[in-house]
Amino acid sequence: MANVLIYSDKANMALELITAAKEIGADAVKAVTINDNDAAQALVDAGAEVFNIENDAITIADTAAVASALAQAVEQLGADTVLLSSNRRGKEIAGRLAQIINAGCLTDVTALQVNGDKIECQRNALGGATVATQTITEAKKVIAIRPRTFDPAAAGTGGSLNSLQVEAKPSALKLVEVRSKAGDSVDIEAAEILVVVGQGMESQDDLPLAQELAQKLGGEVACTKPVATDKKWLSEERIIGLSGKKCKPQLALLFGISGQVQFTVGIRDARVIASINTDENASMNQMADYILTADLKEVLAEMNKAL
Amino acid sequence: MNIVVALKQVPDLQQIRIRNRQPVLDDVPLTLGNIDKNALEAAVTIKEAQGGNVIALSAGDDNIEDTIKEALAAGADEAFMVVDDQLQGAESSLVATVLAAAVKKIDDVGLILFGEGSADNYSGQVGSRVAEILGLPQVGYAVSIEVDGSTAKVTRSLEDCDEVVEVNLPAVITVLADINEARIPSVTQILKAGKKPKEVVELDELDAQLPDHSPVETLSNLAPDSQRKKVVVKSVDELIQSLAAEGLIRR
Repeated sequence: MANVLIYSDKANMALELITAAKEIGADAVKAVTINDNDAAQALVDAGAEVFNIENDAITIADTAAVASALAQAVEQLGADTVLLSSNRRGKEIAGRLAQIINAGCLTDVTALQVNGDKIECQRNALGGATVATQTITEAKKVIAIRPRTFDPAAAGTGGSLNSLQVEAKPSALKLVEVRSKAGDSVDIEAAEILVVVGQGMESQDDLPLAQELAQKLGGEVACTKPVATDKKWLSEERIIGLSGKKCKPQLALLFGISGQVQFTVGIRDARVIASINTDENASMNQMADYILTADLKEVLAEMNKAL
Repeated sequence: MNIVVALKQVPDLQQIRIRNRQPVLDDVPLTLGNIDKNALEAAVTIKEAQGGNVIALSAGDDNIEDTIKEALAAGADEAFMVVDDQLQGAESSLVATVLAAAVKKIDDVGLILFGEGSADNYSGQVGSRVAEILGLPQVGYAVSIEVDGSTAKVTRSLEDCDEVVEVNLPAVITVLADINEARIPSVTQILKAGKKPKEVVELDELDAQLPDHSPVETLSNLAPDSQRKKVVVKSVDELIQSLAAEGLIRR
């Protein structure tokens, strides 16, 4: 039976990890929190055995310090499997923690399945062209799971709050400033309907048409990477793809998207995909449920009128 | 100060085709990963502003020399390559052990730069593992790096915020693609690349205890089974009706 320890710097993601831990057969889930009483309480309420580390010498921004604290927790609590959230912070910690505790490590895991004594993990490979199923053969395992892969654990009983003492070395890193990301706090991963704009959109003047459609459908506007990073028409929070968000909406309406794998990896779990493109041979169409070969500007205008 | 940039040779992802859900890698050229190019560009930018020497570091089989030449053309001053057949496509823990041992052979290293993840596997472990092996501080997901004497001011971009941190050097920093636009080398630079110093070492020349087995086993690696309807609709009306029939709109 796996002795599972979970950690995320985000309480909501830690709650998802409780669900993941149960999925791989842990009946008692141990959770570590670092200098975060609110997260500790949230995890206790979800039934986890929480070990709160209170140590002013540890800043969350210092990956070396966090990984060291977690490694000490693994040792003290006798854990063999550590589940982390595969947000940026979690991914950064994963490799370092694995190196300290001599663990095999997989990050960006999108599905977990227990098969005999193996935990089979799925993750994208070859830039998203394929999905690899991999398992860690080492006794110690560090698995970083993509946010939203599991539902957050509901309220549960049996939780407890304990404190854990760890040593911290003097930090070689100082946090100078935290700037919250300006303006756009959109959460495209939560949207049921996405109107997604690609480079087939020729003018920024057409963007309001997409925004109008998204609003009418109760969805959000998202985009491929170049639309945000090169053209800067939309914020980076709206990028779908390998280096952006992975979304599972009920409906994805794709406008002017050619279908490079770096993009499709972020949308291929949508329930229904409609591709609107002037190029009937766009590779996106091979991955679509509905294909409309037409000018996207006209389609947007017509849809806005009809809906 | 030496600025080491760790680079991975990867298959050109744009040219990978899928046949019967299997990736076809035959005849796919090998190249530098895109984010690695941004890491290199960051190193060259720091060097141009403050001086220093940029060393392209890579581990792989005999073929890596061609790829590393790309890095020399794009501004690296010299190359350090660890060559062994078992290093091609090797697992992160082995690669990290080898790269860390190679860094130990280089004097006066101030910065070790990586892309946030390799273009193909994108696991993002190697930088963190190298930092731990070398006992160095690390900052991931950098979108700006300013070196100031024995420290660097680094902006780390997280999902919901940017963190500005001051880190003691030497340090390991991984960069996001957004940090810069990598330059395209000129013909002169490409020609000069062949003449830049290159050091090639074999595994037994490194002082490293290599892991004797891979801690990760790959059970399968297939393109996802895409079962889409691929219904061609002729008009916006037809599209709206189809989506409404699925209960997706006009609910």
